[in-house]
Amino acid sequence: MNALISFIIFGILVGIPWFGVGVLGLDSLFGIVIPYVCFLVFVIGLIYRIVCWAKSPVPYKIPTTCGQQKSLPWIKRSLRDRLESPFTTWEVVLRMFFEIVFFRSLFRNLRADLQGKRLIYGSAKWLWLGAILFHWSFFIILLRHIRLFTNPVPEIIQGLDYLDSFIQSLGVPPIYITDILILAGLTFLLLRRFIDSKVSYLSYGSDFFPLFLILGIVITGILMRYSLKVDLYAVKQLTLGLATLNPTIPEGAKIGSIFYIHLFLVSSLAAYFPFSKLVHMVGVFFSPTRNMANNNRAVRHVNPWEYPVKHYTYYEYQERFKDKMIEAGIPIDEEVQPEEEHEWYSLYMIGSKLPPKIKS
Amino acid sequence: MSLPKPDELLTDVDLHKTPEENWMDIKPELKRGMYCGIVEPHTMEDLGLPNLGKWQAYDEKWPLPENWKEIVRKEILRRMEMHRSFKLFMDICVRCGACADKCHFFLSTGDPKNMPVLRAELIRSIIKGEFSTFGKLLGRFAGARQLTEDVIKEWFYYFYQCTECRRCSVFCPYGIDTAEITIIMREILHKLGIAIDWAMKPVQNCYYIGNHVGVPPQSFKENLEFLTWEFEDITGIHIDLDKYINRKGAEILFVPLSGDYFADPGIYTMLGYIVLFHYLDLDVTMSTFASEGGNFGFFNSLEMAKRLHAKIYEEAKRLKVKWILGGECGHMWRVWHQYHNTWFGPIDFLEVPKSPITGTVFEHAKSNKIVHIVEFTADLIAHGKLKLDPSRNDHLIVTYHDSCNPSRALGIFEEPRFVIKHVCNNFVEMPENTIREKTFCCGSGSGLNAGENLELRQRGGFPRANTVEYVHKKYGVNQLVCICAIDRAVFPTLLEYWVPGVDVGGVHELVANALVFEGEKSRTEDLRRRPLKHPVKGVDQPTEEGEEG
Repeated sequence: MNALISFIIFGILVGIPWFGVGVLGLDSLFGIVIPYVCFLVFVIGLIYRIVCWAKSPVPYKIPTTCGQQKSLPWIKRSLRDRLESPFTTWEVVLRMFFEIVFFRSLFRNLRADLQGKRLIYGSAKWLWLGAILFHWSFFIILLRHIRLFTNPVPEIIQGLDYLDSFIQSLGVPPIYITDILILAGLTFLLLRRFIDSKVSYLSYGSDFFPLFLILGIVITGILMRYSLKVDLYAVKQLTLGLATLNPTIPEGAKIGSIFYIHLFLVSSLAAYFPFSKLVHMVGVFFSPTRNMANNNRAVRHVNPWEYPVKHYTYYEYQERFKDKMIEAGIPIDEEVQPEEEHEWYSLYMIGSKLPPKIKS
Repeated sequence: MSLPKPDELLTDVDLHKTPEENWMDIKPELKRGMYCGIVEPHTMEDLGLPNLGKWQAYDEKWPLPENWKEIVRKEILRRMEMHRSFKLFMDICVRCGACADKCHFFLSTGDPKNMPVLRAELIRSIIKGEFSTFGKLLGRFAGARQLTEDVIKEWFYYFYQCTECRRCSVFCPYGIDTAEITIIMREILHKLGIAIDWAMKPVQNCYYIGNHVGVPPQSFKENLEFLTWEFEDITGIHIDLDKYINRKGAEILFVPLSGDYFADPGIYTMLGYIVLFHYLDLDVTMSTFASEGGNFGFFNSLEMAKRLHAKIYEEAKRLKVKWILGGECGHMWRVWHQYHNTWFGPIDFLEVPKSPITGTVFEHAKSNKIVHIVEFTADLIAHGKLKLDPSRNDHLIVTYHDSCNPSRALGIFEEPRFVIKHVCNNFVEMPENTIREKTFCCGSGSGLNAGENLELRQRGGFPRANTVEYVHKKYGVNQLVCICAIDRAVFPTLLEYWVPGVDVGGVHELVANALVFEGEKSRTEDLRRRPLKHPVKGVDQPTEEGEEG
């Protein structure tokens, strides 16, 4: 049901530019205005999200430690331990590098099965593989697209293009490896949401939607390259115009609706990005269980909203138990004095002062 | 209420079957044996905390304050302002499901709301539904829903079915930590006046009496006396306790766990600490007021946790010690390691910890000045300062349970293994996917070790018990060793149910049993009077019989 609604929304998104360009001929709306607006929404939205996260402080240093801590000098810490339980900033950087580039935590994935009265665990790297295929292919495809926005095309992008397309098909043009891999990755991720009962149960419409959207972008892209050929020269004129802030719809040349559908889906993705779960791309950098060092006892972490609390004192305790303590031969502290009233705050105690406002 | 037999308990669990209905349509059904009793109002009043009077969770209508919705909204927003973690974790989950089968409560109930991802969705959906325009507009399609009284019941039920063990956060590609969410959600429930008795009564005790179980100073001493008499009876070694209690000017303050001087089998670990101190003639003392290293406040709110542990540093100051040594405990070490320094620092009235026996400076604790006793002992053994006879533990086949929070919030994996391997000859690991950072919780942590929720506990502990059963059958393991006082309190019940025949104890119990004292007498029993495999020959003539206690 969720998936169906997502698919319908996706269908509508495909229909809009098809109708708008193909029937109404609104080339500049779909070729210039919408891409610009959506790109702006993407950039501003993302900055807004980042600022929003950054405004909330990180009160405590709470890394999840997945390796041996640094303690006694003779306890050996392998490279793995240093990455999984980082003590220095460099180790944290490396941990984040592996997390973001290779999806380290996902690589750990296990599956658990209950057989009768026995729990069995097995390796489950498929999700990791699917995710890696998808994300890396997407990234490379994005890089490849730089050729549409630059003139001359940087050599490194040309090289990337060459490497990606070394499978020569019989016809022209050669097939991009990433095109195949991203389709494989996306198909897996989508099928998983249908087939795996647990994942299916917890998936919302908004979990299917980006998959359909990206799949749509990939398929229209592939179609444009291999079957519904578009006028590449005209496309480049348009994209280069967009990049150089001098946008024009190429005169005369008919680019083809398929291109506008592709572009509109990309625009939709960009505008949708900051307001959806897709912000995990940026959010992962902020994750306090991963980007903090496990050196709490060596380096103090300061909480900007820490406030003094009310607590019971030894004086009060000793007054209460004095006789029993003397009887039991437990030393009494003669010097201890009642503590002066200290200022304290509470979020909970009835009638107390609230802690000062959080500085951000 | 009787608990089903072990063979029947899990028959309703199918990890691959999900309900027909959408989880948002399933009303929370509070099953007996799966949740804890509500706190007594006077417990809360004693601590100045809001409460809802006398009521129970099974009441049809909960006595929520009139403006409960407003309170919840305000507190959610406030928590998002206070904790980046909370705000971020609410935003970036992609529902990939990697965490789903990592939670011991999901694996043993099959209840989809026990998948960490759905546990978080219980609040994430409300945040979308209450504060996000898109969420309000798209509703369920975007995973948003309205705040109702049923949601509060659901929160109560499921955020008290999480032991804050952090196993899911190991597997999450973004490091989303359900423990963090549970901590915050329990705080919000607290603001409404909802709390459980088993997590709050110990707080009240700890606040006013010094420890969770409410042992007053004279009983503290009596309990220790009983232990040392028993030790003297078994080994002939006399320990003078006076210097270990409230003595000013000692070098080290040792903070024990009430679970370890209150009940079997924790008491043998407590004895282990004292025996070690005596063996070393260590200049150490304990405070009867700061007689609790653990922190049940942490299971209610961060503020309460801070209110309880302030006394540890106050006592360190009053007793003029140089540094602090902490016992073997689980969430305690999360609090000590990850929170103390921020709460009570800079701790400049203490010195950088230095072992007076080996001269080792504990550089990794140079700011916080607190050392884990297993680190301390590992250092002693590495420097050859202890005369140990591991064959004295030959009657035991030992396995080690990585207690959840020392593993995933501290990373103490090698130290306990190093110590165990030096004090016993038969040590086997449990299966690889269930140890170290992947270890399973005992199922009763974070204030859930009550009696009324026994079914929850036996279910939650099942994944752990299942691996113990594996090594018990395969290698004949008869002793589980752990570094958590809650473990020691709950494992006996858990293992008796799932794997009878496995005893539970701490690392320092094994240390003490393997220590060779000068002038000790012959014995045929270990410190908890189980027969030894090889009788110990002492200064008296070795006897065949050995003496009975």
